Amino acid sequence: MNALASIPHLVSLVIFLPAAGALVALLLPSDNGVKWTALVTMVVTFLLSLGLYAGFDPAVSTAEAPQLMAKVNWFPGVDVSYFVGVDGLNLLLVMLTTLLGPIVILSSWTYIGKQIKGYYTLMLLLQTGVLGVFLSFDLVLFYVFFEITLIPMYFIIGIWGGENRVYAAIKFVLYTLVGSLLMLVGVLWLGFAAGDAINGGVFTADWYQLVSFGVPLGAQGWLFFLFLLAFAIKVPLFPFHTWLPDAHVQAPTGGSVVLAGVLLKMGTYGLIRFTIPFFPNAAHQFAPLLAVLAVVGIIYGALVAFAQEDAKKLIAYSSVSHLGFVVLGLFAFTTEAVQGAMFQMVNHGISTGALFLLIGMLYERRHTRNMADFGGIAKTVPVFTFFMMLTVFASAGLPGLNGFVGEFLILIGSWKSSAFSVVFVILATTGVILSAVYLLWMVYRTFFGEITHEENRTIKDLNFREIGLMVPLAALMVWLGLGPAPFLDKSEAVVQAILNTAEAKARAVEAAAGQPDAIVQVPLRWPDTVAVTE
Amino acid sequence: MYDFLLPDIAATAPILIVALMGIVVVVVDSFSNDNENIPWLAGAALVAAIAIELARLGTTDTAFMGHVMSGGFASFVNSVILLGALATVILSVPYLSKIGHNYGEVHALVLIATAGMMVLANAGSLITLFVGLETMSICLYVLTGLVREDPRANESALKYFLLGAFSTGFFVYGIALLYGATGTMMLAEMPAALAESGRTGFFSGGVALLLVGFFFKVSAVPFHMWTPDVYQGAPTTLTGFMSTASKTAAFAALILVLSRVIPLADIGSDTQFLLAVVAAITMVVGNVMAVAQLNVKRMLAYSSVAHAGYILTGLAAGVVGYAGAMYYLLAYTVMNIGAFGVMATLEWDGQQGAEQTVDSLAGIGFRKPLLGVAMGVFMFALAGFPPLAGFFGKYFVFAAAVDVGLTWLALIGVLASVVSAYYYLRVLVAFWMKNPEDAPASVQSEAFPVPLFTKVVLVACVVALLVLGIVPGMVTEVAGAFFSISESAAVLP
Repeated sequence: MNALASIPHLVSLVIFLPAAGALVALLLPSDNGVKWTALVTMVVTFLLSLGLYAGFDPAVSTAEAPQLMAKVNWFPGVDVSYFVGVDGLNLLLVMLTTLLGPIVILSSWTYIGKQIKGYYTLMLLLQTGVLGVFLSFDLVLFYVFFEITLIPMYFIIGIWGGENRVYAAIKFVLYTLVGSLLMLVGVLWLGFAAGDAINGGVFTADWYQLVSFGVPLGAQGWLFFLFLLAFAIKVPLFPFHTWLPDAHVQAPTGGSVVLAGVLLKMGTYGLIRFTIPFFPNAAHQFAPLLAVLAVVGIIYGALVAFAQEDAKKLIAYSSVSHLGFVVLGLFAFTTEAVQGAMFQMVNHGISTGALFLLIGMLYERRHTRNMADFGGIAKTVPVFTFFMMLTVFASAGLPGLNGFVGEFLILIGSWKSSAFSVVFVILATTGVILSAVYLLWMVYRTFFGEITHEENRTIKDLNFREIGLMVPLAALMVWLGLGPAPFLDKSEAVVQAILNTAEAKARAVEAAAGQPDAIVQVPLRWPDTVAVTE
Repeated sequence: MYDFLLPDIAATAPILIVALMGIVVVVVDSFSNDNENIPWLAGAALVAAIAIELARLGTTDTAFMGHVMSGGFASFVNSVILLGALATVILSVPYLSKIGHNYGEVHALVLIATAGMMVLANAGSLITLFVGLETMSICLYVLTGLVREDPRANESALKYFLLGAFSTGFFVYGIALLYGATGTMMLAEMPAALAESGRTGFFSGGVALLLVGFFFKVSAVPFHMWTPDVYQGAPTTLTGFMSTASKTAAFAALILVLSRVIPLADIGSDTQFLLAVVAAITMVVGNVMAVAQLNVKRMLAYSSVAHAGYILTGLAAGVVGYAGAMYYLLAYTVMNIGAFGVMATLEWDGQQGAEQTVDSLAGIGFRKPLLGVAMGVFMFALAGFPPLAGFFGKYFVFAAAVDVGLTWLALIGVLASVVSAYYYLRVLVAFWMKNPEDAPASVQSEAFPVPLFTKVVLVACVVALLVLGIVPGMVTEVAGAFFSISESAAVLP
């Protein structure tokens, strides 16, 4: 793996290999060729990303530049660059994305029956977009990738989706676009302000410069909301979540897996990468508001999930609930809570991705997702049932599996937090219980009890391909649950650095509030000692 | 004995080549009616002119005692206009043949209109400005009414002509007042004259009237009323020509005037504010009206109104926005010509263009994948999605607006863009998300080929949008060099 890490331009290779694969797939005449190209490209991308994992050293400071970085000026005359690299914040999300890549391709192998070339080409392009989002250290570059992901997803929902696909696809794009375009104005304002203050009058979109720049108090409020809106819609945070159930229910399985697995993480990632460290004063000021929305999302999402008849819709609402936890953790501003939130992003990608895969497999067998159409199939499909139970336990946060670690860290971190009242933490805890209830209720109704429909006696169990794509996810659920420390170590230092810097900057900005010409600059503060588990 | 004219002729060679070829085409056409080689002549002249202009991008010069500019800024704008004209000639041949109007004089008119646009965009004085404007406009009036047996085409030509003549009146009156206020017709002398006399009522009135004329030509709200009717009634490929090349020329001339009459010191002046308000109204009205259109050509007409608003945003930002506006003009020309090219190819019998609704295109992408993919790229580019050039155009003009403190304008602009995404995506819904079986039966049964040259142009547009988007610096660096921000007013030679 270390040999992989020494490949030159490894980060760029990981980002653009899927796009290159898309170009090849587009030129191939046969559907089988397209499928295999997609699969091979995704697998190779995953293998290359192992090089990122091996090459990243959490003990080395990324206070001044990310590791394995590449930086080339993009817009002449201003500090807008092609600036990519790895740090603790994005590493695991990149790994999650590259891991889900081949799984999504395999899950679509027989599910997608029409326009095969288009589907796989778009999936590959989507992969490039998502990887670009996570690996960018330039705000404009990030924005470009953030928007690129909309195009393939629009077609994936709109062409291969269900009955109401057009409505869902347009709603998905328009919702995201409102947020992201408003954020663009924020990006421009911030870039010019930071450029004037700390970059000699030259516009800058460099993350390291922007993170060190103390935005004046007067501007922080509205900029915070421009950035927040874009990411809150993406997460999605209550009350901006209404596009999500539509998009999920209509999207084909592969689309749902990518959507839940990684696209939503772009929102929570944006919050911790940009919104919180850029505007720390506003983030502190509005943390109680965010806590309210997060907790409402947790409980409302759980209750609505409970009421669903369609299993896929249930999982979609469970995402609203689970991502509420992540937002709560991020706005607690304690290392434990933010670490838990980072970990929970990965967990949610794995377990919800797996849930969508399983529901998709069920749908392929019976062409219905209505829970009332099933019941008692555990006897006919034991292997299926095993994976379903494991995934549901992971998603519900059973100790020993991955979901527990993330939720537990978020809850204790939020308990310690001074950003909002413990009442929110107590309320959020009820969400954990509710999520166990609706998920187990779903499994009970679908897999256990008496067989009520004759068709269900002949359902086929998972085939070799399906087991193959579930095994890595199942293994990770156990691995992350039993030994989370090495994974948490990756992000610990950078999370501390971001929280420390944000706090120091918040104080400095407050101190400078009276002086109109004061310029606040606080470079990223690397924590002195970080325990790294060997 | 006219030796002294030779350098002038050399400096304006591209304009002369195109204009002379226009005359040659008329002569050829009168001896051999609608000779099929005429498009080749037109294309050759345009290619030659483009080659000269591209070679001159790094130079600056003036000709005819400063009345015409050449090189640099002029070459850049001329290249955009000429590329638009070249694409139009290529796309028009199969399209006009299909509707039975592939006359030789069409190409003559396109060439002469192009020469007029170049004169307009290279104007060094108010006189040349006016001559160029009229040459261009008169040719366009005729082209609009090309299909003379169609009452809709007649209506649109007459409407265009009457309103155009009306706006010309404003334009000339504005020129007269400006001359009265400054005592000169030369744009380059305006800043000095202005510094001497100060801003008088005459001067402000002249600028205002001139702006009305320009707003009409670029179809800015509230002077946009003619646009949907004219765009819908004109032959589709020529609509593409009108909406791109003539707009580029008018915007270039507007930049020439603004950069001289609004000195940098006056940023935040009334004129600037006026431009910003017009830009805002244009973006909002254009996009909102486009949502209501079911006819694709009419929708594209309102969309072109909206795009005029985005470009005006760059102009309202003053010197820092000009380079972005020029990038935008290039990007806009490519994507709009492409979109009209696709729509022209989809007109089966030539009469359907005016009636072509979104629904009649159901599932067309599955039947003609190349057209479908190309239209997808054009629509996403027009909607301003990265990595396509349309996004970077918007990025540069909005960045300029934020830079000079017009953040409110950028906010209105992005919200208007969200509205625009809806109607552009609706076209793609028809192309890709409806079943081909949902299209009207008459449409389904029509078989139509996509000519090779059309394919080449469309693919070139797609590639250009991607390349311009991925390496925007290629263009902005060139365009940025034309404007010097340090000098107070005379940013152009």
